[in-house]
Amino acid sequence: MASAAQTLGRYRTAAAVVGALAVIPLVPGLNSSYVLHMFILMLMWSVIGMAWNLLGGYCGQVSFGHAAFFGLGAYTGGILYYHLGWSAWWGLPVGMVVVTLGALGVGYICLRLRGPYFALGTLAMGEVLRVTAENLEWLTEGTRGIMLETRTWVAKEPFYYVILAIAVASFAVLEVMVRSKWGYYFVAIREDQDAAESLGIDTTLYKTIALVVSAVLTGVAGAFYTCYMGYIDPEIVFALHDVSIVTIMVVMVGGVATRWGPLVGAVIMILLSEVVRTLPYIGRAHQTLFGILLIVIIIFLPNGVVGDFRKMIRFFLGRSKPAGAGGV
Amino acid sequence: MLKVNGIDVFYGDVQVLWDVSFHVGEGEVVALIGANGAGKSTTLRTISGLLRPRKGTVEFLGERLDQIPPYRIIELGLAHVPEARRLFPEMTVEENLEMGALKPAAKARRAESLERVYARFPRLKERRRQLAGTLSGGEQQMLAIGRGLMSLPRMILFDEPSLGLAPLLVEEVFNVVNDIRRDGVTVLIVEQNVRQTLAVADRAYVLETGRIVREGTGSELLDDEEVRKAYLGV
Repeated sequence: MASAAQTLGRYRTAAAVVGALAVIPLVPGLNSSYVLHMFILMLMWSVIGMAWNLLGGYCGQVSFGHAAFFGLGAYTGGILYYHLGWSAWWGLPVGMVVVTLGALGVGYICLRLRGPYFALGTLAMGEVLRVTAENLEWLTEGTRGIMLETRTWVAKEPFYYVILAIAVASFAVLEVMVRSKWGYYFVAIREDQDAAESLGIDTTLYKTIALVVSAVLTGVAGAFYTCYMGYIDPEIVFALHDVSIVTIMVVMVGGVATRWGPLVGAVIMILLSEVVRTLPYIGRAHQTLFGILLIVIIIFLPNGVVGDFRKMIRFFLGRSKPAGAGGV
Repeated sequence: MLKVNGIDVFYGDVQVLWDVSFHVGEGEVVALIGANGAGKSTTLRTISGLLRPRKGTVEFLGERLDQIPPYRIIELGLAHVPEARRLFPEMTVEENLEMGALKPAAKARRAESLERVYARFPRLKERRRQLAGTLSGGEQQMLAIGRGLMSLPRMILFDEPSLGLAPLLVEEVFNVVNDIRRDGVTVLIVEQNVRQTLAVADRAYVLETGRIVREGTGSELLDDEEVRKAYLGV
């Protein structure tokens, strides 16, 4: 239980971060279309990372299939636009319903599996949805994808504030959940599911709650993606590597089960992929480099940049003290 | 109070328990003893609902435990102190204890129970803010027992509470078992430490390769020639 001073400090940090992010489009030099695009992607990935972190970080159910929920959200907006002529923004609220149903389906099948089997189950679910979306051409237009004729705004600023609002809302929802008794139940399930069950926690119920909330936030990010990018196809939004794996990398790099890990991880990953892609010759091999990065992170910073922050500082300031476990 | 009627339990296709039956009366301390792999832990896991019998029933106060989900069993007043402690290592001592008092009746009296546990185990009070994973083996066992007591149980299942502990701590564990019995809580204890277990148990059952092969009072079994030869090495 945090003391009053800690509580104040926590929200002061959060308020400062939100304040700084809110003025970015007004800062000369940062308000170019390109830089804002980077920031929009960072915020979108931080939402997906925070969502994954609830299920994988706190509840210990590692999903390799979050593309399933991202894609469901993205396609809900796309299909409403393409077939019914609605604004793709309806993908946000309607997508929440669709993704909830999807997550209950995935949960029914996968949540009875544990550890690596759960991970493999979700991986399979993501791929099943990708192949389904490719072949259900009457609904999804298959691999041709769905393109929005016009996007709502030409400027980046409105999109930036929409995704900032989504990120702040996601952060708040997760903060409340993780600090509540549910948060303790999630951690108990992560640490020892049988012990949690025998202490009277309905582990199936709480795992389902974590999965659904995680999936819905990911789906909202997916629906936003459709509105922002204006084009989706199954290879993009149901991608195993470019969505499911990158989601895990964002959280691993930033710090699993830390409050700021997903945001920090998203910033690092987006910057890194921009830099790597512009490198001559090896730019094409960015997936290889990401794989190497992941291995390095797992070996040297198992708690991520946020979780092992002190360890990193010590490393760069000279190794005067032995490296200990990083605080969360 | 607890009745196990002819259960057959399997791991996949492998049968581990054959027609195991026994009972525990209110206020008794009953022990289940046997060598490694005899099926002791399997029996406890079946009672607490983590495994389901393919045949037979498990009844607690007239309720069929084998038909309700495991998280509801604790609401009936049956707590489980699992093998190897099974604490939540990244939670503090106090948080671990609080996780023991989730059912509404126990939650209402949580502060009081916490004081009782701290009075019985002063070490836990000293270390209340410490992560459970950083405690010594003996302290972890005390914490696991304390967590079990937090649910205000009518009966406690102990799975190998003396496992891996120094002799002095083993003695302390059995003292705690005695205290718990004096408070009117029924105890079913599974142990490999046969001599000390039989000394505190009212009655005991001997499990061998998944079958109950002997039963009797603690002192009867301590005097039993076969038991002495097989488990006490005399």
